[in-house]
Amino acid sequence: MTEWLHHLLILPILVPLAVAAALVPLNERERALKGSIGFVSTLVVFLIAMILMGLAAAGEDSLPGSGVYQLGNWPAPFGIVLVLDRLSALMLCLASGLALAAQVYSTARWHTAGHHFHSLIQLLLAGLNGAFLTGDLFNLFVFFEMMLAASYGLLLHGSGPLRVKAGLHYIAINLAASSLFLIGVSLIYGTTGTLNMADLATKLAALPPESRMLVETGAALLGIAFLVKAGMWPLGFWLPTAYAAATPPAAAVFAILTKVGIYVILRLHLLVFGAAAGASAGFGQSWLLAGGVATIAFGAIGVLASQAMGRLAGYSVLVSSGTLLAAIGLGHEEMLAGALFYLVSSTLTIAAFFLLIELVERGRDAAADVLAVTMEAYGDFDEGEEEEEVGVAIPRTMAVLGLCFSLCAVLLSGLPPLSGFVAKFALLKGLFEIPAADPARALTAADWTYVTLIILSGLAAMIAMNRIGIRTFWASIEGTIPRVVIIEITPVVILLAACLFLSFHPAPAMRYMQETVGDLLTPSLYSERVLSAPRAGDR
Amino acid sequence: MELILSAGIGALTASGVYLLLRPRTYQVIIGLSLLSYAVNLFIFGMGRLRVNAPPIVEPGGGGDLARYTDPLPQALVLTAIVIGFAMTALFLVVILASRGFTGTDHVDGREQRGD
Repeated sequence: MTEWLHHLLILPILVPLAVAAALVPLNERERALKGSIGFVSTLVVFLIAMILMGLAAAGEDSLPGSGVYQLGNWPAPFGIVLVLDRLSALMLCLASGLALAAQVYSTARWHTAGHHFHSLIQLLLAGLNGAFLTGDLFNLFVFFEMMLAASYGLLLHGSGPLRVKAGLHYIAINLAASSLFLIGVSLIYGTTGTLNMADLATKLAALPPESRMLVETGAALLGIAFLVKAGMWPLGFWLPTAYAAATPPAAAVFAILTKVGIYVILRLHLLVFGAAAGASAGFGQSWLLAGGVATIAFGAIGVLASQAMGRLAGYSVLVSSGTLLAAIGLGHEEMLAGALFYLVSSTLTIAAFFLLIELVERGRDAAADVLAVTMEAYGDFDEGEEEEEVGVAIPRTMAVLGLCFSLCAVLLSGLPPLSGFVAKFALLKGLFEIPAADPARALTAADWTYVTLIILSGLAAMIAMNRIGIRTFWASIEGTIPRVVIIEITPVVILLAACLFLSFHPAPAMRYMQETVGDLLTPSLYSERVLSAPRAGDR
Repeated sequence: MELILSAGIGALTASGVYLLLRPRTYQVIIGLSLLSYAVNLFIFGMGRLRVNAPPIVEPGGGGDLARYTDPLPQALVLTAIVIGFAMTALFLVVILASRGFTGTDHVDGREQRGD
């Protein structure tokens, strides 16, 4: 039984990878079949992720093989390991949940806009899951590249000059960032002789001063690669354009791509540069803080300046990244649980918003034109086929869309009573809470800047959403009422329902986040778990 | 040997970064390629430069590690080369698509004054 459970750990990578390969040779005309296979696969991954999260929540002892999966049965640090803990289980759930929503949404019309949509989603999911599970730096690079390669395809899905231009910039920037990633990884290997994150954490404290500088350089280069992904100012100018150009289901999944950068920074920062790191403890923290604060400010201004909803959503992604980066950079341990809660809530909200935008804008002529141009530019494989709309149109379309839109607005601006407010409240409560262990801690200027910016960014989101909402739902009657089918609105409703659930039952989620932070703040336990995991035969 | 290698990596990186910042898509892709060559050499260098030391254990050669060079960076380089090659190919396709859509090879899809 435990043997079988142990192999659950690698299934979130293997299942989507195998399904992606299997879907490629299937004829594009079999879209319904491809869609259902992809849906089943993502559903399986989602269920596995839920089981893994349940196991992780119950504690390390209940995890099969104490949560460490040794590939090829080589023990760490010699082999590559997959490590399951509460944080990675949480991210697995979030990633597969978003992929599920995007996939259901796409089956209404968007997966017809290009080839291999379902394969690309599966590959993206495999790369994401791998990046969340791996405990090895170079393996992280490989999964990262896999995820990026799939995301290039997804961004270009639907084609058209706008997407190709955005894709060109996106690919060029990510390729340059990947070079920095490789330089960073090899510098760390060259000085410490290990690529295993757990082993690196134990070796760092004992490093001689002359190689410490090189390791820190390597870590900084690595950090830049992830900060590009997370969209930190000034590395994130590409993000709003690329996300606004992507097709809605692709953009919804991209909401988690920035969080991969945040995830890796959170993990490596606390694991490698925790209190046990000697002279390197807290390395780069002030940069994260400054960058995060600048990102919130830039994102908030961008939100205010956006005329189109797609760009507004893109800048909201930046605000969310900045809030998280600055929360990590402030270094108050009490804030981290709130930060994780914010991560989940904001990712779900932004994904729902990206899906909603296209439905709302469909009524406008401009948006319909874009779609028409897309279809035309894409080519003729669709010729002769009626543009089929699967499913039944929903009644009272504008009322439903308006309700979803206002929920998104409340969530994005962090107004009570929804989870956006709960998350920001938890963040600020952690900031103002003076811990018993350190009664002398006073609030610094950085803390106050952070509080001000969080509140101002909420205000900016509220103003912008109000303006766009009034223009779309109240002012204009010249647009036709969009025809929205049930399977398009369902994923939006489910994502928003997840946020509502988090709003009204935050206690279990918050407890989970607090336990996660407890894990993250004791990196020695993580290292010991990885390095002393038994091999499969020895059990 | 170290001097030549580091000068080579430096020259490749410098030309790569310069080309990456140029406005033509062809220059960008050549810049990215040069950059990835520099990175590959750099990874290789991180295993330290050794002459006449194989990276694999020879049959009957015994387990004396001093006779061998570090095999791991070579494996990493191999992976990085494959991934870099695939990404360059993909980027090339996107460049061609962009050229087809806009009729220009400018990275912004339109000519600008002063270029």
